[in-house]
Amino acid sequence: MTVLVLLDHDNHAIKQPARSAVAAAAKLGEVHGLIVGHDAAEAAAAAARLPGLAKVLHADGEAYAHALAEPLADLLVSLAPGYTHLLAAATAMGKNVMPRVAALLDVQPISDICGVEDGETFIRPIYAGNALATVRSHDGKKVITVRAASFDPVALEGGNAPVESIPPRDASALSRFVSTELSKSERPELTAARVIISGGRGMQSGENFHLLDRIADQLNAAVGASRAAVDAGFVPNDYQVGQTGKIVAPDLYVAVGISGAIQHLAGMKDSKVIVAINKDEEAPIFQLADYGLVADLFKALPELADELEKPR
Amino acid sequence: MKLLISVKRVVDYNVKVRVKADGTGVETNGVKMSMNPFDEIAVEEAVRLKEKGVASEVVAVSMGPPACSETLRTALAMGADRGILVETEVALQPLAVAKLLRALAEREQPGMIILGKQAIDDDMNATGQMLAALLGWPQATFASKLAIEGERAMVTREVDGGLETLELRLPAIVTTDLRLNEPRYASLPNIMKARKKPIETIAPAALGVDPAPRLEIVKVAEPPKRQGGRKVASVAELVEKLTQEAKVI
Repeated sequence: MTVLVLLDHDNHAIKQPARSAVAAAAKLGEVHGLIVGHDAAEAAAAAARLPGLAKVLHADGEAYAHALAEPLADLLVSLAPGYTHLLAAATAMGKNVMPRVAALLDVQPISDICGVEDGETFIRPIYAGNALATVRSHDGKKVITVRAASFDPVALEGGNAPVESIPPRDASALSRFVSTELSKSERPELTAARVIISGGRGMQSGENFHLLDRIADQLNAAVGASRAAVDAGFVPNDYQVGQTGKIVAPDLYVAVGISGAIQHLAGMKDSKVIVAINKDEEAPIFQLADYGLVADLFKALPELADELEKPR
Repeated sequence: MKLLISVKRVVDYNVKVRVKADGTGVETNGVKMSMNPFDEIAVEEAVRLKEKGVASEVVAVSMGPPACSETLRTALAMGADRGILVETEVALQPLAVAKLLRALAEREQPGMIILGKQAIDDDMNATGQMLAALLGWPQATFASKLAIEGERAMVTREVDGGLETLELRLPAIVTTDLRLNEPRYASLPNIMKARKKPIETIAPAALGVDPAPRLEIVKVAEPPKRQGGRKVASVAELVEKLTQEAKVI
């Protein structure tokens, strides 16, 4: 079996979810990485250093600059004959592109897998992770997205795969990139952070998120939020942790002022250690938390920041 | 411009689902069913486009057993003009749904098809993208803003790290994310009016599609339970536990 993994990158580095997808692919057979972009040679070189890749394919062209679904799917379909499995991380990019690829190949995609049983059998969450389905694909080719939080990413260094340039294909004129508004942050990305501190409706306002910022700086943590906090306009949508936001599994997840709606829990319950700080001791989040602190967050957060200042 | 929207009947999002003891699936007998929440957003967006005079007709499609006509009635009560029920007892998967929608799109010739980004039962997040592929149309998934400008649609999408805006040539596929709009509640007069709106029932075979599933469900199981519930008395104790016991900071 030979597996092609479409790798998320920022033209320089390989994103962590893509490294998890490589880890999942390694359970299936020989793995080739695919870098598609514009002026992304540095990313292709970074991909070549990932352990476990036998080869890196690199397609470079202006049409690929913004990872539009139409040209990416077209490229993947052209490469498909050489592979038994086509994989990508279940990121915004992977979720956008892979089902399009699958339809063009007349294949039912297997979305968001969290386990690999064998070459045709996979485990995936359904009902927001409240059940796990084991599914077997009877299609000739498997088109798969990978839940990154379920697979430990491969290391950044250690491999030395050859990079093979492949020509870009004719661009489709179906869609055009207009603009992007990316949130700027000095902190790690949610899906890559070892520690995450998230705020919910209990934070009461966007300004109050600075209480989380101080602790995030101390712990080199990413800052997240519940859907309630996003819907209330406290923070932008890309902060959202949950079934319809980001699925995360850090070493430490600190939920502050979050009651624990099912849809939020679905996005973070695979974290190694969960801390909950909430003044409502009946909040469902406490049933899940390894350490629960029943407290007013406006007192507890400054206290926590002071405590973390102390030499340990 | 005609709009086509698809609405799926799913277990209501407030229901705590239970896995069947025999591991064949999730209990749906006697469980409250509703329209998939992302599809409600699709209906709302289509109806708003009609109210603005951008769209001339909104056609809602649902697929599955006869009870899906209730889901269609909800869409009609929200403002859709007519319904199409593709009736089948087969548990449809996204590839089959996309093929059935393609057949309907070829018949109805809509200028845009709006779908929920995913159904909250199988969480596949695939049908819209697959339909776009089968029709050879452009796609904008996870939309948080939609505007029609002549022969083009401007769509803002929720992506990792922020927002992205694309311009699509029509006809096109749009899938909805949470923040596109807040769906309305159907008023009683509109619910009454919806009873008189037409619903056409059609079989998959009449659309030339084999609805057989491609993915075999081997088993469905409960996820592993998490052992939680311990409390700490103070911030100092919390930090001590995290450093000494859990060793995560």
